[in-house]
Amino acid sequence: MPSFSRIRAIAEKEVFHILRDSRTLAIIFLMPLLQLIIFGYAMNMEIRQVPLLVDDLAMNSSSRALVSAFVNTDYFVLIAKEAGTLKPDELFRERRAQATLTIPKDFGAFQHRVLLRIDASDPNSAQMIQNYALGIVNSTGVRTEAGIDLRAQILYNPDLKSSFFFVPGLIALILVMVCALLTSISISREKEMGTMEQILVSPVSATEILFGKVIPYLILGLLDALIILAVGMLLFQVPFRGDFSVFLLFTFLYVLTSLCLGLLVSTVAKTQQAAMMMALGLTLLPTLLLSGYMFPITSMPVILQKLTYIIPARYYLQIIRGIMLKGNNIAQLYQAGLSLLSMSVLMLIVAARRFKLRLS
Amino acid sequence: MNVLKIQELSVRYGPVEALSKVDLEVQPAMVYGIIGPDGAGKTTLLRSICTLLPYQEGSIEVLGYDAANRAKEIRARIGYMPQRFSLYQDLSVQQNLRFFARLFKVNHADMLKRREQLYKFSRLEPFAKRLAGNLSGGMKQKLALSCALIHTPGLIILDEPTFGVDPVSRVEFWQLLHQLKADGISIVVSTPYMDEASQCDQVVLLHKGRMIGQGSPAEIISGWKGKLYSLTSSDLRKLYEFLLSRANKEDLQLFGSEIHLFSEQELSSDKIASWQREFPALESCVEIKPGMEDVFLRMMQ
Amino acid sequence: MIHTSHLVKQFGSFKAVDEINLEIGRGEIFGFLGANGAGKTTTIRMLSGLLKPSSGEIRIDDLDIVRHSEQIKHKLGYMSQKFSLYPDLKAVENLQFYAGIYRVPFEPALKRLEPLLEQFGLSSILNTLTQDLPMGYKQRLSLVAALMHDPPLVFLDEPTSGVDPQARREFWQVINDLANLGKTIIVSTHFMDEAEYCHRVIIMQDGREVALGNPAELKTKHGSANMQELFLKVLGVSDAKL
Repeated sequence: MPSFSRIRAIAEKEVFHILRDSRTLAIIFLMPLLQLIIFGYAMNMEIRQVPLLVDDLAMNSSSRALVSAFVNTDYFVLIAKEAGTLKPDELFRERRAQATLTIPKDFGAFQHRVLLRIDASDPNSAQMIQNYALGIVNSTGVRTEAGIDLRAQILYNPDLKSSFFFVPGLIALILVMVCALLTSISISREKEMGTMEQILVSPVSATEILFGKVIPYLILGLLDALIILAVGMLLFQVPFRGDFSVFLLFTFLYVLTSLCLGLLVSTVAKTQQAAMMMALGLTLLPTLLLSGYMFPITSMPVILQKLTYIIPARYYLQIIRGIMLKGNNIAQLYQAGLSLLSMSVLMLIVAARRFKLRLS
Repeated sequence: MNVLKIQELSVRYGPVEALSKVDLEVQPAMVYGIIGPDGAGKTTLLRSICTLLPYQEGSIEVLGYDAANRAKEIRARIGYMPQRFSLYQDLSVQQNLRFFARLFKVNHADMLKRREQLYKFSRLEPFAKRLAGNLSGGMKQKLALSCALIHTPGLIILDEPTFGVDPVSRVEFWQLLHQLKADGISIVVSTPYMDEASQCDQVVLLHKGRMIGQGSPAEIISGWKGKLYSLTSSDLRKLYEFLLSRANKEDLQLFGSEIHLFSEQELSSDKIASWQREFPALESCVEIKPGMEDVFLRMMQ
Repeated sequence: MIHTSHLVKQFGSFKAVDEINLEIGRGEIFGFLGANGAGKTTTIRMLSGLLKPSSGEIRIDDLDIVRHSEQIKHKLGYMSQKFSLYPDLKAVENLQFYAGIYRVPFEPALKRLEPLLEQFGLSSILNTLTQDLPMGYKQRLSLVAALMHDPPLVFLDEPTSGVDPQARREFWQVINDLANLGKTIIVSTHFMDEAEYCHRVIIMQDGREVALGNPAELKTKHGSANMQELFLKVLGVSDAKL
């Protein structure tokens, strides 16, 4: 039977370590804020204020209506047309415009064709510029050639704000990184310093050590999650439509999974440096690329799709997007939750067994 | 000519005086020992000699160059082995040696010749391709010594070279030092081991940055005024308690099979006889020759 | 207190410890001497339950070390050469932690060790961060930590490495006192002169016993003036200088 008093002795000591190490503390609490701000303001997925050159050859009421429709949005800004017509090519090369709109002379009653040229050296932006332009053209009520009138209704994030997408994703990323990193380092540090040897001659069991190590970081991880959530909601007006207790429950599960991953790493890594590299390697890129955070899982090659099943963030992203944006309840999320739980249990068992093996 | 001459050297770290008025002279082909406990200033002294530390007062002359302004010349002509193992663990024995040879601009042909000699001297040749990190403690120290010798320096400075090395490797290491001395190289070495101190030609005893003794080990021991006695008994514990009531605790040291007693004056045979009467289990009380450690500990008090 | 018979530890094909038979009594100071790789650390690790013997038997207080490891762990204190203390914890917090993992109430334990803390000059530095303490203090604190649960058997793995001669002598004075209280002390050391403090020593080479006995008797038997000389003689290392 694990002894509560021993687990407490180890957990208390761990708290001292955390409180005395101001650098790590700064990393734990400042890193999420820094990332939020960087992701929030720099890595903006929306396009705004695209410089647009309009070549209006018609100069009639229809063409003016179309141009003002472009200008009235926040998406485009007109650049002055200088004397002597610069070719689109040159405009793009000099980065003075990202798109040009040519309205032919006979635009109006009989002719509805306009030409939009887009600088696609950044294909993502080009794609978005095209979509926005199409939307604007459609909304002016000018009929398109094709007879089909496609109307899409966008749910949960009608304005397609990217903050809705990265704030939940960032919670998933930061939690797994911080938790896996901290636990693996805290154990490998004891191996490096030789204090582990001292603990092992005492009657402490592997389970007691692992629990004592996990509990403080579990609390720290949850605290971190709340900070990101609060800042995300305050700075970026991300909604929170679900139930807070559901959020806590599933975040607890996710933090636990991440901590167990850290424990597993620490049974392999002999030094703090190795632990750090391994923990980062197993969390940062897989979470960014394979969890569905950056790229949709359905569009990945089959083999990569299979791989996503072992990425904890895959499940947590479903959960947190579900809670924050869709207001999901437990019944709708329990499957993802169970996946996380079984991953933690599995990793904990392997870690406890390996832990014993290595040091006895 | 002196290989090393230090006069009235003082080194301060801010308000802390790490060394105060140290004088010493090292002649060619001499092993000079710097002896002292932790924090006595041994490393500070060695680093000053290597021109790694600025000093505030006094003078240091190394191989005829003034350490204050001829650092470059001095560094090219001495070998230094710092306290912590400072070789590249992920380079092989051979690669470490070549790297240090390049640092000191030893040309390739000379390096090969010198390396042969050093391999023979250190018996490291069979391990030439092994990574330094995979060598045993004693072999690491031999490699570090070889690296310090690759440019054939006239003076080598070793900072606790046998720290943490096992006793057999320590003996081997000191055999190498005696060999170097026979080849005419001067050695300045710091050590916390008193048995190593006894092997030096000259030693300086440092305590809290000050010299508390200087000379050959024999001179230091013979210059010490005091007597050391060894007492044995079938019941050492009881004897220890008996002696506690008759001598200062600091003057007594309990060993596994004997007790050492320090005395300022010679113990009269009457006194020993009276002890024997009061404590019949006292088997013997004989004067013994003090070792370096006994003398050193006394001098520190 | 300790009984071993035909103790062997094998790592692959390498025999680190080969047929060691020991009988160590209560209140004895027993020393392990040998070069690195001679098998002394491996033996001590087996005796303290950190390593499982490949074959042979270890009994501590008549309990088999493999079958009763839990019970035995309560009986032993262990001080490693690295002075396993947490540098970012205060001295008192380190003691508290070790009391915690042995499940002994801290206040009474501290009270019991008060004379020792006093003797070691540790009482005044209990609230200092361990990393700010000089080496000698860390060593003594580390010993106190190993004694928190009042074990009858104490292992000291190179307890004086990096400690200056003065502190070493004081440390041994305390070890002697502990033995006098009936504690059994097992110590390994690089310092041959320290072997003199032991009641009995074993000298090991290549995992085997090459000499075992009282330091004075061993010196007489081999005609050596001191332990260093004796050590080199029994290991077959020739050097007249040391």
